[in-house]
Amino acid sequence: MNDYNFAYLDEQTKRMIRRAILKGLAVPGYQVPFASREMPMPYGWGTGGVQVSAATLTPEDTLKVIDQGADDTTNAVSIRKFFEKTAGVATTEETEKASVIQTRHRIPEAELTEDQILVYQVPIPEPLRFLEPRETETRKMHSLQEYGLMHVKLYEDISQHGAIATAYAYPVKVEGRYVMDPSPIPKFDNPKMEMAAIQLFGAGREQRIYAVPPYTQVVSLDFEDYPFEASKADHPCDLCGAEDSYLDEVILDDAGTRMFVCSDTDYCRTRRDAGHAGRLGAEAA
Amino acid sequence: MYVAVKGGERAIENAHAWLAEERRGDTSVAELSLDQIREQLSLAVNRVMAEGSLYDPELAALAIKQSRGDLIEAIFLIRAYRTTLPRFGYSQPVETGEMACDRRISATFKDAPGGQVLGPTFDYTHRLLDFKLAAEGEVPEAPVSEPRLEATPHISEFLQGEDIIEREPSSDGVPGDLTREPMSFPAGRAVRLQSLTRGDEGFILGMAYSTQRGYARNHAFVGELRIGTVPVEMDIPELGFAIEIGEVELTECETVNQFKGSKTVPPQFTRGYGLVFGQSERKSIAMALVDRALRWEELGEDNVGAAAQDEEFVLSHADNIQATGFLEHIKLPHYVDFQSELELVRKLRREAAEMAETLAAREAAE
Amino acid sequence: MKPLLQVKDVAKMYGARIGCTGVSFDLYPGEVMGIVGESGSGKSTLLNSLAGHLVPDRGEVIFDTRADGPVDTVTMSEPARRMLGRTDWAFVHQHARDGLRMSVSAGGNIGERLMAVGNRHYGAIRDHAADWLGRVEISESRIDDRPSAFSGGMQQRLQIARNLVTGPRLVFMDEPTGGLDVSVQALLLDLLRGLVREMGLSAIIVTHDLAVVRLLAGRLMVMKDGHVVETGLTDQVLDDPQHAYTQLLVSSVLQV
Repeated sequence: MNDYNFAYLDEQTKRMIRRAILKGLAVPGYQVPFASREMPMPYGWGTGGVQVSAATLTPEDTLKVIDQGADDTTNAVSIRKFFEKTAGVATTEETEKASVIQTRHRIPEAELTEDQILVYQVPIPEPLRFLEPRETETRKMHSLQEYGLMHVKLYEDISQHGAIATAYAYPVKVEGRYVMDPSPIPKFDNPKMEMAAIQLFGAGREQRIYAVPPYTQVVSLDFEDYPFEASKADHPCDLCGAEDSYLDEVILDDAGTRMFVCSDTDYCRTRRDAGHAGRLGAEAA
Repeated sequence: MYVAVKGGERAIENAHAWLAEERRGDTSVAELSLDQIREQLSLAVNRVMAEGSLYDPELAALAIKQSRGDLIEAIFLIRAYRTTLPRFGYSQPVETGEMACDRRISATFKDAPGGQVLGPTFDYTHRLLDFKLAAEGEVPEAPVSEPRLEATPHISEFLQGEDIIEREPSSDGVPGDLTREPMSFPAGRAVRLQSLTRGDEGFILGMAYSTQRGYARNHAFVGELRIGTVPVEMDIPELGFAIEIGEVELTECETVNQFKGSKTVPPQFTRGYGLVFGQSERKSIAMALVDRALRWEELGEDNVGAAAQDEEFVLSHADNIQATGFLEHIKLPHYVDFQSELELVRKLRREAAEMAETLAAREAAE
Repeated sequence: MKPLLQVKDVAKMYGARIGCTGVSFDLYPGEVMGIVGESGSGKSTLLNSLAGHLVPDRGEVIFDTRADGPVDTVTMSEPARRMLGRTDWAFVHQHARDGLRMSVSAGGNIGERLMAVGNRHYGAIRDHAADWLGRVEISESRIDDRPSAFSGGMQQRLQIARNLVTGPRLVFMDEPTGGLDVSVQALLLDLLRGLVREMGLSAIIVTHDLAVVRLLAGRLMVMKDGHVVETGLTDQVLDDPQHAYTQLLVSSVLQV
């Protein structure tokens, strides 16, 4: 792979992406078009996040890659290896040791700091897409702040289900201006988006980059009488006993016995190393 | 007992090893050489070059070998390689009027200067499996004639002389480059044509076919189809003039379409245009039909709501690398999202059950 | 009294063909103006030019806004015009499907304008929607049904409710009874007349149906080939038409 430039992309392309990132940071929540490149992994598998990471990484960085909260899911492994090979940067599974974290579908449980950048992989960046398929029209709706339709969707949810039936990719309003898709993170993670770290969002196939600068207001859309609720499975983690983390449900046997475990594998391991244990903690260790 | 996807790294390595083995197949059968692929599967090579938008038969052959003959996968390999190449500049526009034609036909005129040249076409073959080919592929030499030395004029020029076909305004404007600028709509014809020529052959074919079946019918005739090689020239700033840097094989199709005229323009013929790397006949005809359908607005035609008239729809879905990536990404784990849906559905069901109980209790009380 | 809408010398061309030209009139608060003419007379082009759906080639369309008084809506910024379009203006299309979101429930259809102007209380929005369903004589029990399950007359009434929920001051109507059966038309006209009176609405109604203007419009404008050929009080124009074309129009109705 020595024929390739540091972090795969050529410097010209990285500069182009950095300009888009800076513009995104200057206009929080606004989707900046960028000339996304073909990457050696398929569209929809994190090419946007990979391009943003490639333009963000420096040789001194330490990279962590998670998918579904875990470092060892196949796609996270594949992306981490890609940067080990093409950028030769240090990698880690420990959240606090990472300076750049690329993620798909989760925000780490540990609070992030001002020294960190969180890069999201985004499949569909347009929060209005499934209400209005046309890009020309959605761009106009954003520029004129015509977001009534977004609430119509939430209204329909409540009238049909008695509750807002959006469980992930729950739309937010950034700094009182742009309605933004937070990528398909569970709505449990939405409140964490007001954080100290820089959040960058890359959508490769759709050619969009957007960003949330540190300490930016991020409000999940709701109604006064049906306020937003960050929900998760009503269990503690069976391995580490955590009650505040998002849980995966794992089917254990043919009889359908289940266990609930932290989706954030690093968070779970850190807690167990510190001596915490859940219902099945001892056995599983 | 914690069984979730641990050991992803090992699994990936093993999968890759197995894939390599499957690609090679039975080792008692001779391995394919790139020369064989390039020479004997040349239409596959052409498609990979066209949709990979990189003219390099060697690399296309390698991609086909590596992808086990999955052409979209091969196109993907070429695109991912292409994007890393430094860009030295842009060539001069190629002059297809100067093409050394292997094939040149017109469906609109029985004969024209330059003649009808069938060339190496499947058109009039009987599609019967040739079992002799299974045993040995020796072929008798095809007869040859003297190549035509002078340039073969475009059929459209004859119509243009009569002023009966629209004139394409010439322009020195720099066309957009969809590999360097994000697509925005309306895209304009130059970017549209780029998108179509890189687009998936099957998709473009389906779109074109839909226009023929009445979804934005545009009454196309193949005014001309030509296949052959053209020189590629590039301005070298250090030299101060253009030099020939190589040649490429192209297929060009110009359709002649009926047009009733509009408030400002008298009735005349209009055109659709297709230009594709290599011998890619089906693709270039389909491209011309779709190009013509997308021009409804500039020609003042009605939008009948057909898919092939919808620039945003066609261009957003023509790229098979984008499409296959996004389609296949649903194989990736989604259990975080699924978990949140699972909990939501359980909660809604619980609430519905409680509601039913309350109602039943109330009814019983009454 | 200040006019609510002043139309000054509006013209719209399609290439060399005239859409409408030389149209001027004032509309006062609470006034309903009917525009009649056969198809191709330019009445729909005029309505769309006034409502901001088409950009006129010439002329001014001055609306007396709540905040800034009279403003030319042709030259005002697009955001301001779109804001007007979902607050003080309403547009009732001939075909209800053009004015409704067919995949959204009746309640959501009525609630959309409320939410677009910042209403964020689900219960209040729903109460409002239920109230408006009642006012257009649709049973409240249909609030969660989609318009696709409604009859043509109900769809049209739903479209009217969706438009009037924010209390607009000016309503544009394009053949509001056009696609409906005669018996349904009568009911709808009756309903519209009640709402117009009750809310003190100002409206511009385009129709080819003289019965509609007779019932709803105080004033009438007759168009032919893009030009206004006659204007006046509705009863006056219909009972004593001056222009030959109006005479023809009136007599052709009487023959039916």
